[in-house]
Amino acid sequence: MNEYARHEHHDFLNAAQQALADPPLQAALVRLTTTLMAGNRRGYAALADIDDLRDHAKRIKEHTLAHLDRYLEQLEASVQKHGGQVHWAANAEEGRRIVLDIARQTKSRRIVKSKSMTSEEIHLNPALEAEGLDVTETDFGEFIIQLAGERPSHIVAPAVHHTRESIARVLSKYSGETLPDDPQSLAKAGRRLLRQKFAQADMGISGANFAVAETGTIVLISNEGNARLTTTWPRVHVAIMGIEKVLPRWIDLPVFLKLLARAATGQPLSVYTSIITGPRRAGERDGPEEFHLVLLDNGRSRVLSTPFRESLQCIRCGACLNACPVYRRIGGHAYGGVYSGPIGSILTPLYDSVADNPHLPHVSSLCGACQAACPVKINIPHMLIGLRELQTQEKGKSRWEKLAYRLSCAVLSRPWLYRLTLRCARFVLRPLAREGWLRRLPGPGAAWTAARDFPAPAARSFRESWGELR
Amino acid sequence: MKVSLLVTCLGDALFPDVGVATVRLLRRLGVVVDFPEAQTCCGQPHFNSGYHEDARDLARHTLRTFDNGQTVVIPSGSCAAMIKLEYPHLFHDDPVWRSRAEDLARRTHELSDFLVNVLGVEDVGARFEGKVTYHMACHLRGLGLLTEPERLLTRVKGLEYIKLERADECCGFGGSFSVRYPGISGAMVQDKAGFIEKAGVSAVVATDAGCLMNIAGCLRRRGSSVQALHLAQVLEMT
Repeated sequence: MNEYARHEHHDFLNAAQQALADPPLQAALVRLTTTLMAGNRRGYAALADIDDLRDHAKRIKEHTLAHLDRYLEQLEASVQKHGGQVHWAANAEEGRRIVLDIARQTKSRRIVKSKSMTSEEIHLNPALEAEGLDVTETDFGEFIIQLAGERPSHIVAPAVHHTRESIARVLSKYSGETLPDDPQSLAKAGRRLLRQKFAQADMGISGANFAVAETGTIVLISNEGNARLTTTWPRVHVAIMGIEKVLPRWIDLPVFLKLLARAATGQPLSVYTSIITGPRRAGERDGPEEFHLVLLDNGRSRVLSTPFRESLQCIRCGACLNACPVYRRIGGHAYGGVYSGPIGSILTPLYDSVADNPHLPHVSSLCGACQAACPVKINIPHMLIGLRELQTQEKGKSRWEKLAYRLSCAVLSRPWLYRLTLRCARFVLRPLAREGWLRRLPGPGAAWTAARDFPAPAARSFRESWGELR
Repeated sequence: MKVSLLVTCLGDALFPDVGVATVRLLRRLGVVVDFPEAQTCCGQPHFNSGYHEDARDLARHTLRTFDNGQTVVIPSGSCAAMIKLEYPHLFHDDPVWRSRAEDLARRTHELSDFLVNVLGVEDVGARFEGKVTYHMACHLRGLGLLTEPERLLTRVKGLEYIKLERADECCGFGGSFSVRYPGISGAMVQDKAGFIEKAGVSAVVATDAGCLMNIAGCLRRRGSSVQALHLAQVLEMT
């Protein structure tokens, strides 16, 4: 098992069932995804050339991935030119070791972090804490789930599964005072508690939404201002990013700045766009003394050479989660991986293993709402089907299912046999129906009739009526 | 104009009235309809479940059946999407079958697409008394048919069109998805049925047999009096 995805064996069916039976979670999911999806649509609709813009962004990503080696080396050289240091992490373990080494060398004891899914991916926090370091997540949502001992349930809204009541409980327990559960008081308390951490921090760890190869610049998109504090106040700044986040040129950046916040929330731009090139320079009053960029592979270069390369175009906006009718009902934790929703259903099997995540490629009605919402139009349904195809080639795959599909194919390619099968099905099922509908189907069909009736085959099929129609 | 009808396997076996309504509607508009009787299933269930060899077998069968160069009309967005979008992809490394697939893809139209974009008709001369709402099938999004069914429905005399809340959200059918995850699929269709009931209509219209069996089955289970109809059934009425 690759630690990319899961801490332990994950029971998808059970987790999904629990989520469906959790009314506060259901209400929170509907509220969040409805708001963000309305934003996504409004944001796209506001730009007359949105379709061209999304196609253009996709082409930039395609080009970058086709020349990834070149742009990563260019990025390294540009970062070094501005006084930054670049570290290459082949996997999660190397990524953690690099950050720990930097902490040791810079004598950093207290660490603040701004939101980074990539650091979640390598399970950085537990590794830092195990070395006795004090780590604090400073994105408000991430702070809550860190205190609650949980993992993010949404790429951009990590604590969506919490209510203001549960947030008040978590924060009160941490601060030792009884906090009222109105949003203003909670935000105020969070701000006060986090300010202390910022003031004491030796090191700030961030992710990177984009890195420009040409200039050696990293770009952070945030709404709370914590990313700016994290990257400017402490002595040392470490940014961790997946290697697919590099962009070739400075002029490619606005294409993605225009898209990311619109796709995620509908904002034309996020509240803060932090553009960082190297550490503090001579004569400057703000900024860290050291800047480190950790470039994480962790399976990405392997995926680059597969038919699933398109998944590396993802800019982690979370739009596919908000658009997905399945995510809206089961929430992020049910998926069992660091990344959830439609994109998580691709990433977790790809980077962890297809065999250990048998449900994820199937947890989609293939409705395509994800692709319609995606700023770079990733064909998520196609990739889910591709993973299903991989499953059919695996040894452990149920021989009965394979046989059933083979058999149905044999029937359906012979019209006479199809007509005969249809007549048999009608002969068996129609007597069980009332007004043409069945309340309970036998065999594997029983699952269908748990929630709804099933139509019995009609007394006369269309082809049997065709003689008269003609 | 002459067209071939691809009635779909679900339509043939479960909702023959939809095929009959499609034929009557097209004839009323002056279209000559034939029905190649060798047709069975387009192979979408096999394709979606990852059994691509089986899907190719069924695609070849369908390509042979509709080999006469005529326009093909399908009263289903998902089967039309299978042929238009996936067939060429299935044969991407087979030049002979690929060109046959591309040819059929070009000739194939989902019903509302055919009416609005090929025949150029929005008012088909239909009359239907009552309040009606419309559920958008997911594959119409894939085919870019975002407004066609609504344009046809709003021109029907006597019909009062009510917009459906979350009209373009999947009803939870998704073929094997509804059998593998009946809990999730069931929650989706229960929500859909709830929005339909809230709309206060006498009928909900959809364009796919899959959506219809799911939504109608759920409305029935809830004891609702709302009818689930295919677009062709409404447009055929005069």
